[in-house]
Amino acid sequence: MQGPDGIEALSAGRIWKPPSKTQLLIDSAFRRLCVAFAALTIVLIVLLVVEIGAKAIPAFREHGLSFIWGRTWDPNREVFGILPEIWGTLYTSLLALLFGSLFGVSAAIFLSEGYMSEAIFKILKMFGVQFHPFWGKLPERFELLLKNLIELLAAVPSVVYGLWGLFIVIPLIRPMCNWLHAQFGWFPLFSTDLSGPGILPAVIVLSIMILPTITAISRDALVSVPPKLRMAAYGLGATRWETILGVLLPTASRGIFGGIVLAFGRALGETMALAMLVGNANRLTVSLFSPANTLAALLANSFPEAGAREIPVLMYAALVLLAITLVVNIFGALILERATSKAEAK
Amino acid sequence: MSENQPIPASSQEDKKTLLHKAEDEAARDPFEGVDFSELEHSLYRPRTLFSVILTWIVTGMTLLALVPLFAVLFMLIWRGGQKLSLDLFTKLPPAPLEPGGGFGNAILGTLIMVGLATLITIPLGVLTGVYLAQAPGDSKLASAVRFSAKVLTGFPSILAGVFAYGAIVLATGGYSAIAGGIALSILMLPTIILTSESAIAMVPVKMKEASIGLGATTTQTAWMVLLPTAMPGILTGVMLAVARAAGETAPLLFTALFSNFWLTSGGRFDLMQPTASLAVLIYNFSGMPFKNQVELAWAAALVLVALVLITNLIGQSFSRQQNLQ
Repeated sequence: MQGPDGIEALSAGRIWKPPSKTQLLIDSAFRRLCVAFAALTIVLIVLLVVEIGAKAIPAFREHGLSFIWGRTWDPNREVFGILPEIWGTLYTSLLALLFGSLFGVSAAIFLSEGYMSEAIFKILKMFGVQFHPFWGKLPERFELLLKNLIELLAAVPSVVYGLWGLFIVIPLIRPMCNWLHAQFGWFPLFSTDLSGPGILPAVIVLSIMILPTITAISRDALVSVPPKLRMAAYGLGATRWETILGVLLPTASRGIFGGIVLAFGRALGETMALAMLVGNANRLTVSLFSPANTLAALLANSFPEAGAREIPVLMYAALVLLAITLVVNIFGALILERATSKAEAK
Repeated sequence: MSENQPIPASSQEDKKTLLHKAEDEAARDPFEGVDFSELEHSLYRPRTLFSVILTWIVTGMTLLALVPLFAVLFMLIWRGGQKLSLDLFTKLPPAPLEPGGGFGNAILGTLIMVGLATLITIPLGVLTGVYLAQAPGDSKLASAVRFSAKVLTGFPSILAGVFAYGAIVLATGGYSAIAGGIALSILMLPTIILTSESAIAMVPVKMKEASIGLGATTTQTAWMVLLPTAMPGILTGVMLAVARAAGETAPLLFTALFSNFWLTSGGRFDLMQPTASLAVLIYNFSGMPFKNQVELAWAAALVLVALVLITNLIGQSFSRQQNLQ
């Protein structure tokens, strides 16, 4: 505020007037509103747990802990047990995590270690293009494009992945799976044949869905490794992969691990793709080709048609799922928080 | 090491002897006893070979990770595109074995429920973001809120549905668009809180201080300086949350259920009854043994993905504008 306008405004008393009483009142009301809304987030989590927990109490009284160890689910006889579902949830999630983190961390390394620039400059050299500021920006652009493409994988709704898995993935892998079963049927992983939905298609789609989470968080962790460590390793004569495996990955390990744990939480709670692909069979199995069930899929498939007797039981199952995912998510958030505070301390 | 010591500038002779010494040292080979063939970049060395092979593996895996994205998009256009016509957007879902039909009510239902959820979450989420960005660094409430928002990001969507079922469907006595909207808002909230917080925190401190220095109250600062400056970032967050909510199926399965009809009862617009949505339509129709329904599911998936991706891109363009500024 300089010049005649400012002085005019000052002399007109427009600026230096202290806030009026109403303004102060509005101010304190707004502040309280903000605090109240913020506190509502915590209240919401408590409410979620209490609401689901309260609705599960009748089932908990009736079935107790045997619900968790029981293996049969029969609404007609009112025998309920969710051991196969718990097993299915953990089994599919862990397998998906294995594939997802293998590919996800690889993509993170590829996107953070300047591979793009190397590849692009090699190609440019082949064509005899001399260095020019325009080409110099190309690798960065491509890296960003690839990163955005991988993030788009997360934007595709899970029900669309389910549809794709149902009509494309299952027919595609079925011959291979049945051949594996015919040849190596003695091996527990291949002990049944794939007749439609099953664990393997579910795992494939699930790992595609959690890959972007792992890639994004791992890439952030790798990029925030101090450059001097990389320089020092190269300066000592380490090859690129000796640097990556010996220096970068160990330094970024906490961030990467936090990302993997969060992705695990995602996989545990993922519903639609599994409800469509896992086959909905109450079976306790290690075979990759057998149909199975997960907690989330059980809820999705049984809730809409559940009778009054079944609702509390399903609430109990939801409570078990809630407990598992809350523990995993809190664990992951804590790890990431410590990883970032450590990185900032450096 | 003589080079590291400061040269005493005493006399010409001293300097000369020093120079000679330096020349002598340069003449001696500093790499004595080093076998250069060991250091050569050659594929016959296991170290180099290991490095090159891993490089190829990583490149291959990154490209392979992108295959599903293109495969999904290609199949959507291939199988969903065949069915695309204006009827899809205006007609109601067909009965089994009936030809034609569309999913106009499902598109409308998705828009209504996502809009409802957005209306609920924007005030809650943005004001929480304002609070978090302004709270002092050691505030216990702020870190607790931030932590719960992070935990909520990974909250399974089906449990939001279970919660809304228990809290709203059972209380109001029926499936409704309202229950669906509330279930979706639980999933949108953390995204909006966290992105608004970081957008507001990125507003330059000097702008905030200038506003307070001019005598503005905290509220005036928030409304006239912080929120307008952080608007692109906040809009990005809102768009990302909307895109996510539009694709969610699980929370709608037993809150909004599904319906083959428009959202009316007795000729009037009514939000308190079962409501169709694109996502649930895809789920329901994909499991049907009728060819027409499966084709409609693919077309609905194409429309849904287009909706989600466009919302995503619009959101990203907001944040790009902010970066350019």
